[in-house]
Amino acid sequence: MKDIRILHGELSPGVAMTAFNAAHPEAGGLVSFVGKVRPDRYVEELELKHYAPLTLRGMEELADATLARWPLDGVLLHHRTGTMKPGDPIVLVSAAARHRRDAFEAAQFAMDHLKSDAWFWKREKRAGVWHWVEPRDQDHADLARWAP
Amino acid sequence: MAVTLVFLGKLADLAGASEKSVPGPLDWSGLLEALPGPLGEAARGEKVKLALNGTVLADKTALAASDGDEVALLPPVSGG
Repeated sequence: MKDIRILHGELSPGVAMTAFNAAHPEAGGLVSFVGKVRPDRYVEELELKHYAPLTLRGMEELADATLARWPLDGVLLHHRTGTMKPGDPIVLVSAAARHRRDAFEAAQFAMDHLKSDAWFWKREKRAGVWHWVEPRDQDHADLARWAP
Repeated sequence: MAVTLVFLGKLADLAGASEKSVPGPLDWSGLLEALPGPLGEAARGEKVKLALNGTVLADKTALAASDGDEVALLPPVSGG
């Protein structure tokens, strides 16, 4: 079971995790990761843009790939768009499984893919000026370890 | 009806808008003609991809868009 959303307003990880847990009474464990706007003394705001025809479908395909790779009861991918402040949650990934190792690995796999090849464009406001964020090599390195 | 160009990420800054309408049909050379200066140069760059109606083109120079179609110009993603 997939729960895939692009959120234009607030992301409440606790509320989403509670609902996801309730939807999977059969699971032996849940692993969740919350990504936040990293506090940085120079970053005043962060804006994420997406392209609806590609971004949601890409997240659905990522969820399918995750479900195909591990025996999961469910996977949840919630991602913010719009303008956020340092400390705000941007992304929630949850995996529910009978056994913990599958849930840990699946959540990490989904998060590494969201970080590096999901269709999002990010810019930061520093000293009142917006700057586009370029892709990070580390994100691509994180992805490489999942190659078959 | 026309072809709608959608500019993502920093390409929207270069375009000065997030969308632009151009007359169809539109192929790769027509697209470049419709994109002046730095925008056209960016579109030629190997890291910029094109999507036609939500499907990324394997070869952007094979673009063939008609009236009513949407062509998105996609710079490298910065990740979620």
